[in-house]
Amino acid sequence: MKRTAIVGCGQTDHNGNRFDVTGVELIQEAVSRALQDAELTLDDIDGVVIGNMDHFEGINGVELWSISGNGGILKPTIKLTTGGTTGSTLAIGGYHLTASGLFNKLLVIGWEKNSESDTTGAITTAFDPVWDRLVFAGAISGLAVEASAYMRKFGVTEKDAARAVVRDRKHAVKNPHAHLRREVTLDEVLRAPLLSDPIKALDICPRTDGACAVIFANEDYAEKICPKPAWVLGAANRHPYAYLGDVEWYPLKSLDLAAKELYAKLGIKEPLKEINLMELYTPYSFANLSWIEALGLAKPGEGAKLIWDGVTDAGGALPINLSGGVLSTNPIGATGLIRAAECAHQIMGRAGERQAEGVKKALSTGFGGCFWSDILIYGSEKPS
Amino acid sequence: MEPVAIIGVGQTVFGSNRKDQTYADLVYEATTAALADAELTIDHIDNIVTASNDFFDGRTISSMAVGDACGAAFGNGKSISTVEGDGSFAALYGFSRILSGSYETTLVIAHSKSSEGDLRLLTNAFFDPLTERSLGLDWVSAAALQARVFLKEKNISNIQCGNVVVKNRASGAKNPKAHVRKPLTIDEALRSPLLSAPLKETDVCPSSDGAAALILAKESFARKKSPHPIWIRGMGLCADAPFGERNLAESKALRLAAQKAYQMAGIDQPTKQIDVVELSEQFSYQELLWMEELNYQNSSRVNLSGGCLSAHAWIVSGLARMIEASLQLRGQASNQAANVKRALAHGQYGLCGQSHSVWVLEN
Amino acid sequence: MTTEILTHPSRIKVPYTWSAGETLSRFFKALRDEQKILGIRCPRCQKVYAPPKKTCGTCFVECSEWLEVGPSGTLLSFTQASYVSPAHRSSKPFFGLIRLDGADTAFFHLLGETNLQSLKIGIKVSPVFAEKRTGSILDILYFRAAN
Repeated sequence: MKRTAIVGCGQTDHNGNRFDVTGVELIQEAVSRALQDAELTLDDIDGVVIGNMDHFEGINGVELWSISGNGGILKPTIKLTTGGTTGSTLAIGGYHLTASGLFNKLLVIGWEKNSESDTTGAITTAFDPVWDRLVFAGAISGLAVEASAYMRKFGVTEKDAARAVVRDRKHAVKNPHAHLRREVTLDEVLRAPLLSDPIKALDICPRTDGACAVIFANEDYAEKICPKPAWVLGAANRHPYAYLGDVEWYPLKSLDLAAKELYAKLGIKEPLKEINLMELYTPYSFANLSWIEALGLAKPGEGAKLIWDGVTDAGGALPINLSGGVLSTNPIGATGLIRAAECAHQIMGRAGERQAEGVKKALSTGFGGCFWSDILIYGSEKPS
Repeated sequence: MEPVAIIGVGQTVFGSNRKDQTYADLVYEATTAALADAELTIDHIDNIVTASNDFFDGRTISSMAVGDACGAAFGNGKSISTVEGDGSFAALYGFSRILSGSYETTLVIAHSKSSEGDLRLLTNAFFDPLTERSLGLDWVSAAALQARVFLKEKNISNIQCGNVVVKNRASGAKNPKAHVRKPLTIDEALRSPLLSAPLKETDVCPSSDGAAALILAKESFARKKSPHPIWIRGMGLCADAPFGERNLAESKALRLAAQKAYQMAGIDQPTKQIDVVELSEQFSYQELLWMEELNYQNSSRVNLSGGCLSAHAWIVSGLARMIEASLQLRGQASNQAANVKRALAHGQYGLCGQSHSVWVLEN
Repeated sequence: MTTEILTHPSRIKVPYTWSAGETLSRFFKALRDEQKILGIRCPRCQKVYAPPKKTCGTCFVECSEWLEVGPSGTLLSFTQASYVSPAHRSSKPFFGLIRLDGADTAFFHLLGETNLQSLKIGIKVSPVFAEKRTGSILDILYFRAAN
């Protein structure tokens, strides 16, 4: 049982169409950057963990197909995959595998080339082939139902949600890795074409090609590799079966339960005060309001107030999604891991123009279309 | 390394077409069997690692479909994750979750139904879509290419391969969980029609439906609660370069995985120090190749369960080997060897064994 | 009591457009336009990859030195798939693992104008190109015994 930390991160410059590279080459780009960030070579790495969504690229056995790019030749190489939560599941895997002492320096990779397939068609196959698949259409419809229920329950407006889009898109301007780096106005968000009421085109994440690689090292190596490693303090998740007809739409139950478990474990009572920065897997605007309630940052129905007050903006008391979040970049299998990488770089002081001050504790989440949630908390201080 | 034990095992019967059960049903059957074997209830399990594959299941996020069936529903509040690959790789992740100090007991569960998809198309999807896939290869034709190289380079005869089939089918006939339970004569093996030369039909494992589960526990839990703990003493995992970049007559990845496991377990003379071996041989020649890389010479102690040549469900096979090895150590195997103190279990994944796991277990 | 077991036939159909990237595009263009097979050399271990790779998986450095390999090569292994598969392009196809002259890696392709008796490990084979080429691996129809 060893304490463990993130000691290096690399991301591709995410983009809607990386036609210039194959999937293997995209992965290699992120891995090279992570090794460079940690000042390590592949010889230092003693295992590789990789994940994505099988049917998004149509490759069976991705960990073996991509082995020339993922660094796994003649090393232990495993694939972890849990749908939209894949990236955060990978981060949790990196934590357990290095904490176990079986691996000392582990390379963890999430990636997706959404440009290569019909992702909506592929997502639909997640649901029961006999019951749900014939009537369910991709990820957006489920989220639209959640948003409608939330608006109705608390009187939240589309304008409230638009404010959260404006925030994330503004943050993305300072992130060289982000896919969408153009600021948008409230008006633009509200007037964007309707996709599935109340979700409009700018309320939802883009489809992105991208990869992210993160190097985890346990206490025997972390401080030798990185002067300010991002220690993993703990993780929790909930992945139950999603019966579409039975989902309780408020609060996001999986996140609510996972957050309560982890806060209790780490003795966190007032997350708004005790955590300095968050990177949330919020794939659409309303999630930025209601899911921060599930995280205990605001009372039910009051998430929007926190957003309007600027508390979660760059420079605010608890900045959220300084990377631009998922509304600016969404290479699905990488998305949850990017959240971890962004938290880690903020703690290490390597976040460039988007760097926040004095980040001692950071939190990242992962979300999947089955209404699953993962959560991790990181700290600048080595846990006792 | 703190000791971790296998405290419960469960398998379904493997069959060619388990239409009577969905794969979630198979998972439930294996899970409840493992819990009963461990004399525990689901409340004793604090986290779960599933092994599944979206291609084989015909379903994106295939792990979702088995969450409830293995005890991961909301009310239970268990952490769950999913490894895609052989079940023995999922066991590695489950093992590390205990060693990490986060959990006391891990349920590892693997499933697949060969009958529900077309394995030729599903394994064609292992090949690179740009440079290989359109040629039409699959796991059997790829293995035939490996077999030819291996047989020639090591000067191995058809009869030697046939003897592997005869031996494993004789053992499989004694195993009530096996899919193929009919012994075969060497004559029948040699006269079997070519499937993909030099592989004959009987050289290839059956395509089975089934699920397997095992429960891992940290030492303090195992010593208190388990009537029959089996201890993990060594473990190695290693993946190889792509097909065209390795010598197919050998498996460097398996050699390295075995070295790691032997080193952890303090083994320097495997044939002498290991009493029984359970191998993942999808094809008869692979038993000979894997034995060579494991540096294990006693074939009469290999695959007493009947091995993969008697039952093979993708994803499940490596976990089934760990279970059969554990049963040997407990003295409860269907084809029990005498005085088993140490056993080896092996799992593989990909085309022609691109990735391998090796486990050394003791009672 | 026995229950009648029902089944539900289905098929996952997802369209894909895989980008070949710069490196493989150059390889496929040479096949299409010049009927040439290109390889690439790793600057560190000197291994020549055919098909080419942007980076060497072992040394993890970018490969940059392009060279023509083959078009003839040595047959490392072969098989004939006697079964029926929806992935096969023709009935009972022959597959070969081929090391092209000047390359260090092997690649898969179909073998044509042949039978199991005449194939041997180590024989020389050469490619037959398609008349209509589109920039894919199928621009080579198959390999056959050289002379």
